[in-house]
Amino acid sequence: MLASLWQQLSDSPVPIDSVDLAWAGLAPVMILIGGALLILAVDSLVPRRLRPGSYALATVLLAAGAMVAAVPLWQRVQDAERGPFATAAGAIMVDGFSVFATFVILSAVILAALSFDGWLRREEMDGAEPYVLMLLSASGGVMMASANDLIVMFLGLEILSIAVYVLAAMHLRKITSQEAGVKYFVLGAFSSAFFLYGIALIYGGTGSTNLVRIATYLSATVLGDSGLVLAGLALLLVGFGFKVAAAPFHFWAPDVYQGAPTPSVAWMASGVKVAGFAGLLRVFYLAFSTYRLDWQPVIFVLAVLTMLVGSVLAVVQTDVKRMLAYSSINHAGFILVAVQAATAAGVQAALFYLAAYTFMVAGSFGVIAVVSRKGDIGTSLDDYRGLSRDRPVVAFAFALLLLAQAGVPLTSGFFAKFYVITAAIEAGSSTLAIIAMITAVISSYVYLRIIVAMYGAGDDVPAPRTIPLPAAAGLALVISLTVTMSVGVFPGTLASLAERATPVLIPESDPGAVDPSGVPPGP
Amino acid sequence: MSDFLRDYLTVGIFGLTGVALVGLLLGLGSLLRPTRPQPQKYINYESGVDPVGTGWGQSNVRYYIFALLFVMFDVEAVFIFPFATRVDAYGWFGLIEMGIFIVVLALGLLYAWKKKVLRWV
Amino acid sequence: MIAIAQVTPVWYLVLASVVFAIGAVGLLVRRNPLVMFMCVELMLNAVTLTFVTFSRMLNDVNGQTVVVFVLVVAAAEVVVGLGIIVALLRKQPSATADDLTVLKG
Repeated sequence: MLASLWQQLSDSPVPIDSVDLAWAGLAPVMILIGGALLILAVDSLVPRRLRPGSYALATVLLAAGAMVAAVPLWQRVQDAERGPFATAAGAIMVDGFSVFATFVILSAVILAALSFDGWLRREEMDGAEPYVLMLLSASGGVMMASANDLIVMFLGLEILSIAVYVLAAMHLRKITSQEAGVKYFVLGAFSSAFFLYGIALIYGGTGSTNLVRIATYLSATVLGDSGLVLAGLALLLVGFGFKVAAAPFHFWAPDVYQGAPTPSVAWMASGVKVAGFAGLLRVFYLAFSTYRLDWQPVIFVLAVLTMLVGSVLAVVQTDVKRMLAYSSINHAGFILVAVQAATAAGVQAALFYLAAYTFMVAGSFGVIAVVSRKGDIGTSLDDYRGLSRDRPVVAFAFALLLLAQAGVPLTSGFFAKFYVITAAIEAGSSTLAIIAMITAVISSYVYLRIIVAMYGAGDDVPAPRTIPLPAAAGLALVISLTVTMSVGVFPGTLASLAERATPVLIPESDPGAVDPSGVPPGP
Repeated sequence: MSDFLRDYLTVGIFGLTGVALVGLLLGLGSLLRPTRPQPQKYINYESGVDPVGTGWGQSNVRYYIFALLFVMFDVEAVFIFPFATRVDAYGWFGLIEMGIFIVVLALGLLYAWKKKVLRWV
Repeated sequence: MIAIAQVTPVWYLVLASVVFAIGAVGLLVRRNPLVMFMCVELMLNAVTLTFVTFSRMLNDVNGQTVVVFVLVVAAAEVVVGLGIIVALLRKQPSATADDLTVLKG
């Protein structure tokens, strides 16, 4: 029997539709997946426990390796002769946009892994699983950012989400962690079903799930079955809205952020959000640019609601994790403002915002992980009183990161908000820009409240306590602070990178060439 | 009558025959057998162990991890069947690809085994 | 004999949308995490039916390959979701969605 199989294989004349894979284009994803499986295999096969911290180190090295593999891709897509390319039968697109998002997602992996190390040892939960899950989740995020087919985007979304459900429910001794896991899982699965139904309707309306073919079909058809397509778009928006925690689909965010292990939240607030917005931009800005006039008003309403909910409800919170959860909703609203502009400047502003925000939020949750006590408790505002006396350096770093989130000049947060508002005004939505600035002022009250608690003096300051600062968590803090401050002083580098990270549509039949007609027309 | 409905007519006749057959046998039985009612005959298991508790009692969860593992590995097989029908067409590329796929699955099983999930508790 | 409309693909689309709506409403009104979870499965299966129907209408095989992926994704969700739910139910037997109120505010 084996002999006949051998014969068949050797005789096979021409493979049918032999899939032409550009392996280099998939290298970052494959490094992440292969590395995760390798860690899992080592964890299963090595009889004794490895030295503590080796899994974290492996994760950081893998993410750095994936970044190194992405550098030649960036050079290639920026090269005028070679340019962006589609691979895997047109299902994966490697362009400046996807490579930029890959870099941001991998940075989030590194920061969250550094934050995980000390936290897991304190909770006596050190093991390979959190790192494996995060690497797999990141591979899903990269897939989402580079998906050129709605089904691939769905698969990326699920790989990203399913791993994060487990990361949220990981703390088995803490009931709130399980509760967060169940809530996130049920609502996440609910939104995935909506997302998939949206894909099905778009498939029915346009006859394809490939973004290029959808865009071609829509630009060629004047009076198509637009009802199906619009319904599909609305459902897709529900799915994306859940993932990035945009109002009115934000209800899970405060509960999950409060209950889930803090380093998992660092990943959720940075990497998952980046992947969600990357997918949102690719689908709405690229494939459905012809329906711009239909979806822009919807995004407008979502952005206003999200910013208001995120800033106003944050004010009444007393738990720092909940406060930052609402502030992350507010940030999502800001990025939606950039999406609403639907211009090249808007995409650029969104990418800049996502990159800057990743470092700010991962650093902030890293601080919360350090300040909390064993059992992942101690995250209320009162626990931060006297932090400037107990750990002056951590308090100072946290204050700077919070000021950056508030958008104070000389931090990356200022330029992030500045570019978004500029893009909105250029696109003619001054109303949105004004609302955005008002909510930025409201939410800055929240950040100031935390800073005042840390630096305040008085009778209610508790007795001094020692707060251990693990080396890895310190490194994560240094990285996020360095990036936040240096981008705040010299925004040009990141801005020019974001400027060159344009998403494109290329027909699959012509790999390796740029199709100028595929680029959506600017207004 | 359309072909569509004629197909369903067969189903209908089949169903009616079944119902009639069962009714006939049960009816004949009730006519032929002697009737001597006793309270013993009305409990669930006349000659077995008397049931304890209600019908909605919870069963042991020790099976659920096995069930979960089974679901996972069972469903993954759905990718292997389409490949198997066209082995010759995909050639070596397909075979290596499927080999990698199965190795990844085996890795999951290895992990479950080493984490003592497969042990009967 | 009986006048009946020909069963067109649109019927399947309508059926799928009804099933999807039952699942969505069920998830919102039921309070047992396991039942809520079964409603999600119902929604995914409705989507699968939609894909197959469109695939048939468009005479395009891609819609049918999607089903295989959705099937596997749904299985992965089942495994992870049941694991999380059972872990919670072990700590809090007879938990309903209304009992999950440690986190609020």
